[in-house]
Amino acid sequence: MSWIPAPVSRFFHRTSSPPYFYALADRFIPWLTIIFLLLLGAGLYGGLYLAPTDYQQGDSYRIIYIHVPAAWMSLFIYVLMAIMGGIALIWRMKLAEVMLISSAPIGAGFTFVALVTGSLWGKPMWGTWWVWDARLTSELILLFLYLGVISLYGAIEEKRAAARAVSILALVGVVNIPIIHYSVQWWNTLHQGPTVSKMDKPSIHVSMLVPLLLMAVAFKFYYLIAVLQAAKLELLKRETTSQWVKALLEKQA
Amino acid sequence: MSWESFLYMGGYAVYVWPAYGVTACVLVVNIVLPVLQRKQLLRELTIKQKRSQAR
Repeated sequence: MSWIPAPVSRFFHRTSSPPYFYALADRFIPWLTIIFLLLLGAGLYGGLYLAPTDYQQGDSYRIIYIHVPAAWMSLFIYVLMAIMGGIALIWRMKLAEVMLISSAPIGAGFTFVALVTGSLWGKPMWGTWWVWDARLTSELILLFLYLGVISLYGAIEEKRAAARAVSILALVGVVNIPIIHYSVQWWNTLHQGPTVSKMDKPSIHVSMLVPLLLMAVAFKFYYLIAVLQAAKLELLKRETTSQWVKALLEKQA
Repeated sequence: MSWESFLYMGGYAVYVWPAYGVTACVLVVNIVLPVLQRKQLLRELTIKQKRSQAR
């Protein structure tokens, strides 16, 4: 593709080669872990200790520091998976397939966390663990989409065919993302409206907002660590007979 | 603020701490599981390679 500058395309070619990617992941993971732990520490300290008690919700609101970042991640990872799916379908790039399938359990985890923490927050504030309102229901559908991706990939023996099927599922399922995002505006629901994304004037105080954003960035770094770990495993599984895996084993022995 | 009042969470401890606990479990599992599985796979592959070389 001539419209992509040569250094950029060279970078992509190199990075997408499995042995190079495997070594690169090994090099990055310690740094990512340090940054993640620092952000997590600061976010938890700010959110659980420094931030004042909410005048309406008391200390129950402190669930926000994991609930909202987890919910953001559940959407973010799905969109990433759909993009990877598109790349995998168009350019048949193996690494995109690997990243797509490696992201699925992490996304499912964050969706599960968003649902459970939301439930634990809903009980004292709304008086119920669960309601079938638009936000909660569409987030539950997202969980099923993640689980669908995981089980579809597991069900097809030939992994490149499996990756193609999963890419299509990820792309189709992306229609659910705007539905989740706008659900609190389109339908009258029990779930509260957006507090942070009203950029001009967020309806949340700075002392509460800063830890929330720290946690959100911490979760992004967590995702990078987790997806690299999962991708390393998936690459090994797929390429057990290849030359670079043999070299890797010899180096370890 | 004392530790006790911190852990008490203004009376919402039964909701706040389980929420944080579940989150911690999920995050840990999603890192530990692939790492353990990879180590297991590498062990198996090493044994296989040794066998094929011995032959």
